[in-house]
Amino acid sequence: MSVLWNGTNDLPGLQQIAGAFAELLGNGVLFKYSIASLFRVTAGFYLAVLLAVPLGLFLGRRPSIQRLGNPLIQFLRPVSPLAWVPFALLWFGIGDQPAVFIIFVACFFPILLSTIEASAGIRPIYFHIAANLQLSRWETLSCLILPAAAPSIVLALRVTLGIAWMVVVAAEMIAVKSGLGYLIVDARNALRMDYVVVAILTIGAIGLLLDGVMRRLAQIESVRWRVGQ
Amino acid sequence: MGNNKIRLEGVSVEYGTGKGCRRSWFGRGKSAGGTVAPSTRLVLDDISLEIERGEFVSILGHSGCGKSTLLKVVAGFTQPVRGRVLIDDQKVKGPRSDHVFVFQEGALFPWLTILENVSLALRWVKDSVEKKNKAREYLDLVGLEGTADYYPHMLSGGMRQRAEIARALAARPDILLMDEPFSGLDYLTRLHLREEMLYLQVMLPETTILFVTHDIDEALQLSKRLIILSEPPARIKCCRTIEAPHPRSLSSPMLSTLRTQIYHHLGVHAAL
Repeated sequence: MSVLWNGTNDLPGLQQIAGAFAELLGNGVLFKYSIASLFRVTAGFYLAVLLAVPLGLFLGRRPSIQRLGNPLIQFLRPVSPLAWVPFALLWFGIGDQPAVFIIFVACFFPILLSTIEASAGIRPIYFHIAANLQLSRWETLSCLILPAAAPSIVLALRVTLGIAWMVVVAAEMIAVKSGLGYLIVDARNALRMDYVVVAILTIGAIGLLLDGVMRRLAQIESVRWRVGQ
Repeated sequence: MGNNKIRLEGVSVEYGTGKGCRRSWFGRGKSAGGTVAPSTRLVLDDISLEIERGEFVSILGHSGCGKSTLLKVVAGFTQPVRGRVLIDDQKVKGPRSDHVFVFQEGALFPWLTILENVSLALRWVKDSVEKKNKAREYLDLVGLEGTADYYPHMLSGGMRQRAEIARALAARPDILLMDEPFSGLDYLTRLHLREEMLYLQVMLPETTILFVTHDIDEALQLSKRLIILSEPPARIKCCRTIEAPHPRSLSSPMLSTLRTQIYHHLGVHAAL
């Protein structure tokens, strides 16, 4: 019991953790760093969504082009986003941009591949109907392709946001002087394991929160259509 | 222009068997000198047919004999390799909203409500309020009052099929192409929808209907003309006009004789 409270040399106890938590909360560091991390995740994630979703929808409907591009995608995809760190630093210097870039790389390929699958897998019968009712190109996109692919895309976004949140910590260990990842590195250097635990707990809690938000997205009626199928 | 709505002139359709092509390409090295598998399959063989305006024509035949293909050619989804399809003396070039295809089932967009699905076909109405009202009218027409805001998966199979017919009608087609529209439904629902098809014929006398079915009774009860296709490659095996007025009783001597004949044509002799 007292071990749990006071901790050991290798593991901080509840007492220290609570103290560190109060301290970091009190001086605003925890809040500031969380916001900094969230900002980077949001920027990188949105950038990836904005590029990968339209590209994926397009490639999914154009198998010939997709076959051409697929080797490149499959070549780049397994490269860990962290392998881009040297280039990210070289291109963007120190600051938010390299972290955002790394998150973007981490998010881009999973979203792209899921979107391609989703748009390629739309039942051909729906396109027959669209052709039969003479829907315009725009209507086919907005009334057919987008909603038909939406459930798979939303699922992919949910998974990917998790990845982004995972990667931000790693990205912040190298390029920046703020954020939860930076907090961990900084605390390690100062041998403040209680800070590390607080950072980990905060990362987990925010991850849970983000997933909750994404789950909400999946509950929208027009996205939920696959449930009833 | 005459009274002819649809005219098929020596229509032949082939399907390329994509897989076959690829296999023979891969197998080229191995089977040198072996017979090359034909990469296309003749589905419709030289079909000529004239259908009058407002006629209800049923197409019967074995499964896989090309009935659906025939409809797809008329709809413009498939192009014939030989011959041509004329509607109102115009060559069919592609799908159009005045000849609407009604699929077997599950062709409603599941992400749209029933009302939105029907509205999709109302392209001739510009005003959005007017569109809603019109869509409701078409839903009423097929007996789907009060289901406007449901999603397709919340409805039964029969209701979905009704909604699909409503959507097809909402496009104000002059030709309805129905590909086994009731085959996925239970027997009672099918009878109900069969009745409703009769009402529709009365309400829309100008609409020409091509109706592919397996159900011989359905064809006998509804159609003005019956066309039986042979085994593939399909030719027209037999063409019968039914003069009996509606409502028809299938037990009448004329229809029951015809029924037996049709079964014979389709190769059923003992199981009647």
